[in-house]
Amino acid sequence: MPPAIVARGLTRRFGHFTAVNDVSLQIEEGDIYGFLGPNGSGKTTLIRMLCGLLRPSSGSATVMGLDTVKESEQIKRAIGYMSQQFSLYRDLTVLENLKFYARIYGLRRSRARRRIEDVIGIVGIGDYRGHLARELSGGWRQRLALACSLVHEPRLMFLDEPTAGIDPVARRELWNLLFDLAGQGVTFFVTTHYMDEAERCSHIGYIYFSNLIVSGTPNELKQLPEVTPREAVRLEIRAPRLASAMRALNSFDYVLDATIFADSLHVLAQTNTEERLQRDLAREGFGEVQVIRIPPSLEDVFVTLTRKRDTDRAGTTAPAEAL
Amino acid sequence: MLWGIGAVIYKEFIHIVRDPITLFLMLLIPGIQLTIFGFAIDLEVKHIPTAVYNLDGRPESRQLVDAFVNSAYFKIVATPLSNDALVSSIVRGEAKIGLKIPPDYTDRLLLGQDVTVQLLIDGSDSTVAMQGLNVANAIALRQSLSIVSRSLNREQPPIELRPRVLFNPDMKTVNFMVPGLVGLVMQLVTMLLTAFAIVREKETGTLEQLMVTPVSRFGLMLGKLIPYACIGAIETTFVLSLMRFLFGVHIAGSLWLLAGFSLIFLFTTLGLGLLVSTIAENQVQAMQVAFVIILPSVLLSGFVFPQENMPKVIYWASQLIPLTYFIRILRGIIMRGAGFYDLWPQAAILAVIGLTVLVTSALRFRKTLS
Ligand SMILES: Nc1ncnc2c1ncn2[C@@H]1O[C@H](COP(=O)(O)OP(=O)(O)O)[C@@H](O)[C@H]1O
Ligand SMILES: [Mg+2]
Repeated sequence: MPPAIVARGLTRRFGHFTAVNDVSLQIEEGDIYGFLGPNGSGKTTLIRMLCGLLRPSSGSATVMGLDTVKESEQIKRAIGYMSQQFSLYRDLTVLENLKFYARIYGLRRSRARRRIEDVIGIVGIGDYRGHLARELSGGWRQRLALACSLVHEPRLMFLDEPTAGIDPVARRELWNLLFDLAGQGVTFFVTTHYMDEAERCSHIGYIYFSNLIVSGTPNELKQLPEVTPREAVRLEIRAPRLASAMRALNSFDYVLDATIFADSLHVLAQTNTEERLQRDLAREGFGEVQVIRIPPSLEDVFVTLTRKRDTDRAGTTAPAEAL
Repeated sequence: MLWGIGAVIYKEFIHIVRDPITLFLMLLIPGIQLTIFGFAIDLEVKHIPTAVYNLDGRPESRQLVDAFVNSAYFKIVATPLSNDALVSSIVRGEAKIGLKIPPDYTDRLLLGQDVTVQLLIDGSDSTVAMQGLNVANAIALRQSLSIVSRSLNREQPPIELRPRVLFNPDMKTVNFMVPGLVGLVMQLVTMLLTAFAIVREKETGTLEQLMVTPVSRFGLMLGKLIPYACIGAIETTFVLSLMRFLFGVHIAGSLWLLAGFSLIFLFTTLGLGLLVSTIAENQVQAMQVAFVIILPSVLLSGFVFPQENMPKVIYWASQLIPLTYFIRILRGIIMRGAGFYDLWPQAAILAVIGLTVLVTSALRFRKTLS
């Protein structure tokens, strides 16, 4: 079986601006590929190129073994796409929207009826059949959009920020749905900027200023040498007065980085400095603090890689403090 | 090639019935426009308010005044008693025409001498001024002629013109305006509806969603046009009925011919709507672009102003406007009872323009999507 998606040097320019720069990646069937990046980094542009909506300026890609430029018509029948903004007909009912998409994909009458009932069951929107799409809340709208893009049984789904702007419960339920579908062999390409969602993906790519910085499984990313240098450890410190503790930590020369994380501090320090750290904090008046070693979180990974990228972009050699 | 057309038509009709306000406005607006234009736009000027300052007052002078009143073009609203009062009644706007008859009017006529009657005209309203001047001239000429004939012992002036107006015998403005209005209203409604229906999908992002489905460009385009062609046909029937039954304008020619030629025009205006949708990114822009197309249609199509008097360049421009030909067709069939052989050249040019518009916008439509 060919990989679900292969991109080679995919680039898209708008005038002088490069929205996606030289992106190469490979996604296997059955993956849930989470594509992360800040706003404006080029996620939507990349999806549009993969769906055949936008021609690449250079580079090429295949989706389900089909070329995105030459065979875009066949690709359209094989994939599902849920765009960033809600783009169903608000003045049509849930059922009418589904019927419309079933017809657009040319499903025969009996198969259309069966598939519509199937997807209604999958997303659980049965109670809202007769409601106009505009009457639905954010979470239900996303479910309807998902249902519409599933009606023709695609093997590969592109979801562009499907959970943006919906409440946490709806968010979690939508993800559970994606896992169910992935269990049935559907491949997902999902963009998001929620870290917790990224942690749930089988594979992750991180795009920053149009460049794909890393791609791999969450574990692979956490073990990257750039993220935790060989002579450094990641520590979690619970201390009172977090803000001043952070300032104090940053003034120690063996501390490479200290940031506040919820109710604790995440510190990147030289190896074998835990006891020294406790002593120094006690001297500064923070009392007896707890220090434990932790693996990097995905957020640590992205923050570190982003900083490294920024300093590289600025053309300076990365100073130790920046790591 | 037409993949997805059925689905698009199905959906488009749902949009139409779900939006009864638009549906209602589509029938109401032409109704209102037709009524306003039909009843209010009267290019003939009658009963011009006139002030008469008669310094003579004897029967001969009153005969002249009567001739003015009997023409029905003038209505005496004031009889000032001084020159200043006469002028001021015009300045105030009370009267638009002032007639001043000198004290020696009768005397000079009886002596066979020339007499000067002064006519003051308010030129600020040029239509009224022109008409008033023409009619007053004609009246004076008639009066003079009858006096001259009497002195030559003839009962009648030697030449008598007996005009017979072939079509629209009462020369009612309504009969002239309303058929043109039918064309204008058709263009306005079908063009705007089509343009909005497509631009709305651009705005809400549903067009992008459609582009990742297997719907074909052509299927999508026709699927969008066909429902609005139906609406346009209903609209045309409605407006023609209003014309016939509210304004009593009879259709002299063949109804089938009118229907057939209307269909050509309908596809031209749908094409224009499509063209607007390829230029505009949102509904506000669509409105503006549509306005740019509508304005010359109103001014140059011969709807109000005769094309014969236009400067050369503008005349040529007016020959590119589809409504120009459709108005000729409408007036031809409705008023003159013209048949296919009288009008086919107009219809042929209209078809060529329509085809050009449709093909151009179809090609542009493809481009905007990719
Ligand atoms: N059609 C376009 N024309 C010009 N610039 C565009 C176009 N589409 C996207 N961009 C620009 O490309 C950049 C990346 O956009 P996008 O892919 O939408 O980012 P993301 O989805 O990650 O937020 C943005 O700066 C955006 O302004
Ligand atoms: Mg985006």
